[in-house]
Amino acid sequence: MKVAYWPGCVSRGFTPELHGSMAKVAPLLDIELVELDRACCTGAGVIAEHNQELADTLNARTFALAQQVDGAELMMNICSTCQGAQSECQERLDANAEYRAHVNTTLANEGLSYEKGLTNKNFLWLLVEEIGLDSLRSRVKRPLTNLKVGPFYGCYIVRPRERLGIDSEHPRDRYMEQVIDALGGTVIEYAGMRKCCGFPIITMNKEASLKQAGRHLGDAVDAEADCLVTPCPLCHLNLDLQQPLAETVVGRNLKMPVLHLPQLVGLALGLDPKELGLSRHVVRPTSVIDWSTSVVAAAAA
Amino acid sequence: MAEAHDRPPEQFTLKLRRYDPESGDAPYWDEHTVELEPHRSVLEAILQARDRFDGSIGIRCSCRQAICGSCGVRVNGEPSLACHTHLDAAKAGAENGVIEIEPMGNMPVIKDLIVDMDAVHWKKIQRVTPWLLAKQPVPEREYLVSKESMVDVTQTMACIQCGACVSDCLAMEVDPGFIGPAALAKAYRFVGDPRDDEQFERLNDLAQDPQGIFDCTHCFKCVQACPKDVNPMGQIMRLRRIATSDQHIVDQNNGERHEAAIVGLIRNYGLLHEAELIPRSYGGNSWFAKFTPAAGKELLSSLPVIVRGVLRGKLNPKIAIFGHKIPSADLKAVQAIYDKIESRPERYELNLYIVGEDEEPAPVAAAVGVGPGGEAADASTSTEGSDEQ
Repeated sequence: MKVAYWPGCVSRGFTPELHGSMAKVAPLLDIELVELDRACCTGAGVIAEHNQELADTLNARTFALAQQVDGAELMMNICSTCQGAQSECQERLDANAEYRAHVNTTLANEGLSYEKGLTNKNFLWLLVEEIGLDSLRSRVKRPLTNLKVGPFYGCYIVRPRERLGIDSEHPRDRYMEQVIDALGGTVIEYAGMRKCCGFPIITMNKEASLKQAGRHLGDAVDAEADCLVTPCPLCHLNLDLQQPLAETVVGRNLKMPVLHLPQLVGLALGLDPKELGLSRHVVRPTSVIDWSTSVVAAAAA
Repeated sequence: MAEAHDRPPEQFTLKLRRYDPESGDAPYWDEHTVELEPHRSVLEAILQARDRFDGSIGIRCSCRQAICGSCGVRVNGEPSLACHTHLDAAKAGAENGVIEIEPMGNMPVIKDLIVDMDAVHWKKIQRVTPWLLAKQPVPEREYLVSKESMVDVTQTMACIQCGACVSDCLAMEVDPGFIGPAALAKAYRFVGDPRDDEQFERLNDLAQDPQGIFDCTHCFKCVQACPKDVNPMGQIMRLRRIATSDQHIVDQNNGERHEAAIVGLIRNYGLLHEAELIPRSYGGNSWFAKFTPAAGKELLSSLPVIVRGVLRGKLNPKIAIFGHKIPSADLKAVQAIYDKIESRPERYELNLYIVGEDEEPAPVAAAVGVGPGGEAADASTSTEGSDEQ
């Protein structure tokens, strides 16, 4: 399937292994990525905090660019925060024709216009709803047998439920467990899996921010997870890049590897760990990977 | 609805969290099976369990119709009003069909399902001066204000002080001193009131407090928890917006600088230049920020993280120094959008809580996502939780 692909900023900046692993995984899932390289940052909720119309217009521009991609079935992102920030703007744009027309007046300078009804899905939703768990299962080459994986969703992709289309027919807040299971792994449930990583307040209240990250990582350690997996690069920054500092704040050793969702999928689809950028993490996923054979360690045991 | 009301009584099993701090015993779980029509509330089920099986079950309630805000509990782990949660829905959302009921979080338990609202919630409400500080001279008769100017605060006035948002606030979980969602929503009720005389003082107080408006971690827990659609997080964002954009308050918590940094970097680059975010958040919205003492100190403390990131190939030095940009024609278009919108004399804000959603049918167009099987309706047709932020 062809998708208008919004990679976000951080996946091309401080977590380049995310964008890279998505590019490697896409062909194995028959996804054709048409990158929206003209689009700008979603604002991650902060532009909306500063000026709502500005955030809505900048994101409407991205949506309009996505709607211009010939033959694309939908727009896809790889960032929980992008999903949440875009969904919020789209909710306002779709709800009110007058407001949409007002925003489109600004976009008209570029010859762009957003039409109500864009489908914008995070890679996680696309995996379950478009590709399907059975199809995903059938593509697995290296099942993650005995690998204990804790999901970490990120706030923006699980709340508020109504805006994100989460209901009994679309239990999008349980898709990570379904995907881990389809890849042959063991799901580890732990207290912090749908809580906040603390990233949004890292510059305002560093201690509280790192306490959040450290506490959830600690919960996952206590639940005996081998690694975490997240669809959000901002969560990854606090959970992986900042993990050594989080360890000092909560006063315990954590050493919990945190994988991006496309990396976990790529491992199961048989890709080389290095190719997926797993060597680029601050907490090396040595509990996940046997580096000598590039085979999932737990599966070989 | 008539059909739901006609359904005969069914059995529902409740798993109640019991705890009496005065007994010296540890908390424990207690199960009771009650029989009620499925449309009845969780509160009615708890009361039946108390009446039939154990008179010592502690629960606080009064109106039983989602007005008084007394019966806040956690149902299957989510904060709710017990009287506002139907038994069939609670059972559908329960693991193994057993409805789990616990006291609210972030507040000490007095007994069983009753928490100490005075110790946490009401103290925080008092913290924000929850009354009007009237402009002088006070008119002899009623104040005359335009209807439109009061519409803005009606959303926060819908709060029934049930504490559901306080219960699950994730910032408060790690930082109990955070003023929190209910009190800050109450603060907006007066900051947004045209009769109040101390907008600047209120905002300056809440912005400078390390546990004030900039301590909110933007997790949407309170938005989800609120049974009255008050959207506390949205109100906190409005407080920030007015504090920074209208009152130009520069706080000691980096709140204003952090916002200015992100908004400014996206204007300059189209994308977020992460490496500039920390120095600008600490030192001000300029390339030279990194040479200020505050930013220097923070960068120094982050040095081990930065070095490790570079060594692992996670941080590309070129991107870290120069950032990444969108093509220049697009950047110009983005900047033109900034210029147009930021030069408006007044901000244009759509509050869906006030205006609602229009009912026009979705157009059929050859555009991304409007084809058959598009899921857009999931995210776009709901009105609940759809208020502005």
